[in-house]
Amino acid sequence: MDIDYEYLEHTADVRFRAYGKTLEQAFENAALAMLNVMVETDSINNTLSIDIELTSFDLDSLLFDWLSEILFVFEVDEMVFGRVEVNKITVDGDDEQCSLEATLYGETIDLSVHVFDTEVKAATYNDMRIEKSDDGWTIQATVDT
Amino acid sequence: MSDENETSILDILTKVNDNTWEVPGNYKPGMNVPGRIFVSKPLLDILEPETIDQVANVASLPGIQKYSMAMPDAHLGYGFSIGGVAAFDKEKGVISPGGVGFDINCGVRLIRSNLMEDDVRPRLADLLDSLFEAIPSGVGSKSRMRLTDEELDDVFIHGVNWAVKNGYGMKGDLSHCESNGMMPGADPSKVSIKARKRGRPQIGTLGSGNHFLEVQYVDKVYDEEAAKAFGLKEGQITFMIHCGSRGAGHQICTDHLQKLTQASKKYKIPLPDKQLACAPASSEEAQDYFKAMVCAANYAWVNRQMIMHWAREVFDEFFKAQHGDLGLDLVYDVAHNVAKLEKHMIDGEEKEVYVHRKGATRAFPAGHPEIPEDYKNIGQPVIIPGSMGTASYVLKGCPAAMELTFGSACHGAGRVMSRSSAKKELRGEEIQNELKSQGIIVRATQPSLIAEEAPEVYKSSSDVVDVVHNLGIATKVARVLPMGVVKG
Repeated sequence: MDIDYEYLEHTADVRFRAYGKTLEQAFENAALAMLNVMVETDSINNTLSIDIELTSFDLDSLLFDWLSEILFVFEVDEMVFGRVEVNKITVDGDDEQCSLEATLYGETIDLSVHVFDTEVKAATYNDMRIEKSDDGWTIQATVDT
Repeated sequence: MSDENETSILDILTKVNDNTWEVPGNYKPGMNVPGRIFVSKPLLDILEPETIDQVANVASLPGIQKYSMAMPDAHLGYGFSIGGVAAFDKEKGVISPGGVGFDINCGVRLIRSNLMEDDVRPRLADLLDSLFEAIPSGVGSKSRMRLTDEELDDVFIHGVNWAVKNGYGMKGDLSHCESNGMMPGADPSKVSIKARKRGRPQIGTLGSGNHFLEVQYVDKVYDEEAAKAFGLKEGQITFMIHCGSRGAGHQICTDHLQKLTQASKKYKIPLPDKQLACAPASSEEAQDYFKAMVCAANYAWVNRQMIMHWAREVFDEFFKAQHGDLGLDLVYDVAHNVAKLEKHMIDGEEKEVYVHRKGATRAFPAGHPEIPEDYKNIGQPVIIPGSMGTASYVLKGCPAAMELTFGSACHGAGRVMSRSSAKKELRGEEIQNELKSQGIIVRATQPSLIAEEAPEVYKSSSDVVDVVHNLGIATKVARVLPMGVVKG
């Protein structure tokens, strides 16, 4: 896969596809696709880190929780993130419980340095897709802006 | 839109009249009622076909009454379309966060003054600078106050009453808010710690995206009697605030959407779109969401109230006026993302229904008990913001709204171009200069934000308003034109 993620046309909100050889990598790229809507992730000093652990009732809900959790941490801890590592995603056989362990790397928001673009209000389930192919994983998600 | 698309839309829809198009009940399997899309032919030509699918999806939810509806500014959303209206039976229906959206009680308020255009025009740039400084806006901006946990509970339960009691407003503000700025039935115990954490530091902030504070003047009065009742006359300065419940509302929707996703499985409700997660209206899951949603709605009213209060202070100081001298009275405040238990006539019988309005404004007619005393003989003010740089409208709710749309009208202009295309095709600085040449000043944290909200990315607000006017849902009272915009 040549690209990590790409944005699709959507009139009101932001829809993207994120790719990865592994499910973990696709989740990482989905996070970066969402974060880049708000602030350029390449320019951030990744000096601080925050660990995230989540358990959800299926894979779609895990993705929803993952994106929602990042928005929560961004707002409440007042941090921007430039690097995302998803260490492990566990999916039980029936896709009835899934969990994730990840670390976000970034720095505290400084409005004199960080130039913010559109605010992402929330993750949505709208037309959400998590698909596995021979090349790896593709995630499609839409976030409310 | 290509001819091909247009043909396919017309193949699906049946024309009812010039401004009403029906989505037949057999368009998609599982539809319980037909759909009704209220648009003129030119607006239909730019409607995305997916919006029709979203109207059809909502029609398949249990207990839906009469029609799944879309207002003339309808466009593609998630779950419900933006501009979507649906009413569900109190007993046999459902409540769905997808019919409200993440920005619970996003809404708009209009404030009048006794200043005239000539008083403000020469000093407009300085006035906007002062407003921009006083009102926190943009991503990551912080409020001028931080609520304690007890205060947050008060805001959730008492809404604008809390603000007025604490000196952030006047008593007259209360009756000029929809629901008196306080929906009953809030239960803060249904609000998560996460939502509380997001809500405490953000009260009185505009946020970003399409949210704004705009200084305007009344350029045209269509209905003298109603304009007089609303305190509006030509040449008069007004200002308008558009924002919602910020992180608190977003988190409340996020939390309960997860719970209702599981509840949909539990109650075996088939969902054509996961974003339509819902539960039977009387179930614990649906009621828990509703009680938390009311908290967010009350928070949003306080948010707009705080911003209005600080803007009033700026005006008073700027024009060296004593409090009250400038006549900065609230004309009205309307919610456009909310679910409410209301009484409506259905098949000749009065029924209690949960009306979901997602990007739609309540438009109750004269005589309705929810309308304040001073507007009782006129109808509820329906405030329709234009896009940046274009006209906004004040309308009055009319009886046809009760017959056709569960007392609802459009909420704005409606997007036609995506944010990413807008940024690619339009330069913020150029738009800023172009607006300046029209006498409109824009203040934003950065220019790209101006590009994505440029007038070109929206449908014309006058086309949208003409539809509700012509249908008699809400008729035009006055048009206000922008002079200066503080963008979120």
